[in-house]
Amino acid sequence: MSVLVKKEEIRLLSGNEAISRGAFEAGVKVASAYPGTPSTEILENFVRYEGVYAEWAPNEKVAVEVAIGASMGGVRALATMKHVGVNVAADPIFTASYTGVRGGLVIVTADDPELHSSQNEQDNRHYAVAAKIPMLEPSDSSEAKEFTRLAFELSEKYDTPVFLRTTTRISHAKGVVRLDEPSVPAFAPGFTPDPAKWVMLPVNAKRRHVVVEERTKALREFAETWEGNRIEWGDRSLGIVTSGVSWQYVKEAFPDASVLKIGLAWPLPERLFLEFAAGVSRVVVVEELDPHLETHVKALGILAQGKELIPIVGELDPRIVRQAITGESIPARAPETVPSRPPNLCPGCPHRGLFFALKKLKVTVTGDIGCYTLATLPPLGAMDSCICMGASIGNAHGMEKALGPDGAGKVVAVIGDSTFLHSGVTGLMNVVYNRGVSTVILLDNDITAMTGAQQNPSTGKTLHGEPTRRTDLPALCRALGVEHVYTVNPHDMKRTEALLRREVARREPSVIITKAPCALLPEHRRQKRPVYEVIADLCTGCKACSRLGCPAIEWVPFTPDEAVAAGKKATQRGIARISPLLCDGCNQCPPLCKFQAILEKKP
Amino acid sequence: MSVPKGDVFLAGVGGQGTLLASEVLCDAFLLSGFDVKKSEVHGMAQRGGSVTTHLRFGPKVFSPLIEPGKADLLIAFEKIEALRFAHYLRPGGAMVVNAQEIFPPSVATGQERYPQDVAERLRAVTDRLHMVDALAAALSMREVRAVNIVLVGAASHFLPLPEAVYEEALKARLPEGIVDVNVRAFRAGRALLQPA
Repeated sequence: MSVLVKKEEIRLLSGNEAISRGAFEAGVKVASAYPGTPSTEILENFVRYEGVYAEWAPNEKVAVEVAIGASMGGVRALATMKHVGVNVAADPIFTASYTGVRGGLVIVTADDPELHSSQNEQDNRHYAVAAKIPMLEPSDSSEAKEFTRLAFELSEKYDTPVFLRTTTRISHAKGVVRLDEPSVPAFAPGFTPDPAKWVMLPVNAKRRHVVVEERTKALREFAETWEGNRIEWGDRSLGIVTSGVSWQYVKEAFPDASVLKIGLAWPLPERLFLEFAAGVSRVVVVEELDPHLETHVKALGILAQGKELIPIVGELDPRIVRQAITGESIPARAPETVPSRPPNLCPGCPHRGLFFALKKLKVTVTGDIGCYTLATLPPLGAMDSCICMGASIGNAHGMEKALGPDGAGKVVAVIGDSTFLHSGVTGLMNVVYNRGVSTVILLDNDITAMTGAQQNPSTGKTLHGEPTRRTDLPALCRALGVEHVYTVNPHDMKRTEALLRREVARREPSVIITKAPCALLPEHRRQKRPVYEVIADLCTGCKACSRLGCPAIEWVPFTPDEAVAAGKKATQRGIARISPLLCDGCNQCPPLCKFQAILEKKP
Repeated sequence: MSVPKGDVFLAGVGGQGTLLASEVLCDAFLLSGFDVKKSEVHGMAQRGGSVTTHLRFGPKVFSPLIEPGKADLLIAFEKIEALRFAHYLRPGGAMVVNAQEIFPPSVATGQERYPQDVAERLRAVTDRLHMVDALAAALSMREVRAVNIVLVGAASHFLPLPEAVYEEALKARLPEGIVDVNVRAFRAGRALLQPA
């Protein structure tokens, strides 16, 4: 599907869609990413433009290395990732700061204040300071597109990678964007050898460091005069320094205040800060997460308020900003108390079968990042740790070494297919190399599910939708030196449990691959599947099926009178019911019923 | 509601199609010349959990988030979700609530009952409460996935746009093969309520 280009066209785009549009208009030729909320849709949209190449890399480090290579090759290149992805990619990023670029190189970091779908809420503006890389920070979709275009221009003009930082409320908020024509590249692709620039031997890198410091000075001058850093004079009794989505909240809460809007989060404009502070009687810095602007404002000797008023945890909104600055508490209706509705594994999810079986073994489960992290919630409650992508295997090995012989057979690692290829492979290599005996369970659902069904090296398809050679997971595990590699269908919980018991007891490393497709895959949804029902007359209310935690299995409570009226003993507390709208026909629950009350529903 | 700006809060359960409903509403506002912003969350929150969309329209919209107590209209795809986010409604705001019950885990596993007093509690929040059975309307069209557009149809009475613009938005947004069923769903939803 190609996206039409008409002049003066207006679209409602998310920040992510706007970034892909901006990259297209900037003439980006190569883009690489690992999916991660809230960044995923950037590449999913970018790949639809004609004449571009985009790919899912196995992880963010590879994505940045690919983008650096493309930049060396003389084209504009983009790498996108969520905030924690920058941790993975930090190694090439810090040195790409020294080498600089040929074709413009932009790295998008999509931060997640409020941890809507993340394991921490780190503030990646610190990376701009630490890596000495300029960072643009848009305040809405329109700026997301414009700043993306500008990022490529700055990258080439100042010979530097450029960060573009969004937050969830930029990435996943939609706003009006005016489309423009794509620009024509200023130079032809081609690599010109230049070891002093590209080969970071210490002798070369030392000289490049000097270049980096000069560059930062030049960019600071740019920051002083660029219109994206601007003073909006209003009522001089209150001056607010802000950036990103916080600017929107400030404009909403204090439409009359004087505002210094910062569009370049690094390097920061010192003279502009001083001019603004001199023009207002009170300075407040409004920013989400860490006191980044505040620290630099205060370092100039400006008396400002910041984190003593504005929360450092979570995201902001106009109400929080208004209350924090005025000190007034605004009366509002208290939220009602209702049953909570946390996310859950989907009906028909193959992971549920595995975790149900795993829980029976009473082992410690080191977990990882993916839908399956939800198995930590009741009633499955079958995960004991989750740190970062790929951590499960190293965690299991470390715990096993800590516990000594007593720990053998008591710890297993659980990791998804995409997460394993992202950064679990080296962990497994380590288990084999260092004589571990861990059992690693590889949950292969044929897709990167959590982020919304992205392809990965083991699925056999590229981001462009082309067929490709699959990474053979069992062969990969064997190549790492694991002798015991077995595959099982996790919907068959009896088999899965037996295999788990056997391999957990084994005093050698083993890998169990639980293989069944994600229930949300279109290929799966198109298949004709049975629907199960609970035969009410046979149900004794034992709740054996409820312990699966399947959203399709509902509990219908009885009062003693209702129980009797239903032909049950007065002591029966209720019966189970299966929602025909939700049942996916996975056949996990029927074998759990000792009374054969769960049967396939006949049409 | 014939004011040129407003805040619409959508609440539902992951998988109910709140996202498409809000897309269609945004398109309709955009086609009508409004500035519009909407914000929602993707990823882990969508796996059967509570999901919300903040949709704001007007001559110029800044914040993509609605403040609690400021929404003019709450469109809830599920009863408990209406109650969970009822505090976002401004005094005197309107509520369009799908009568469907989707059990949260604690109810589905029998640890607590599905609240029996949702309607009364919602009525205590606003006297402009409109309960509709969008699921029944969708099922009668043999398309359970149309619940979302049925609700858009019912809620359209409380938004300052002409009926035709929603159908225009549906045609522009959806693949050709499902436009017809969704236009019918919109009309069925609109027929569930009387003009405000």
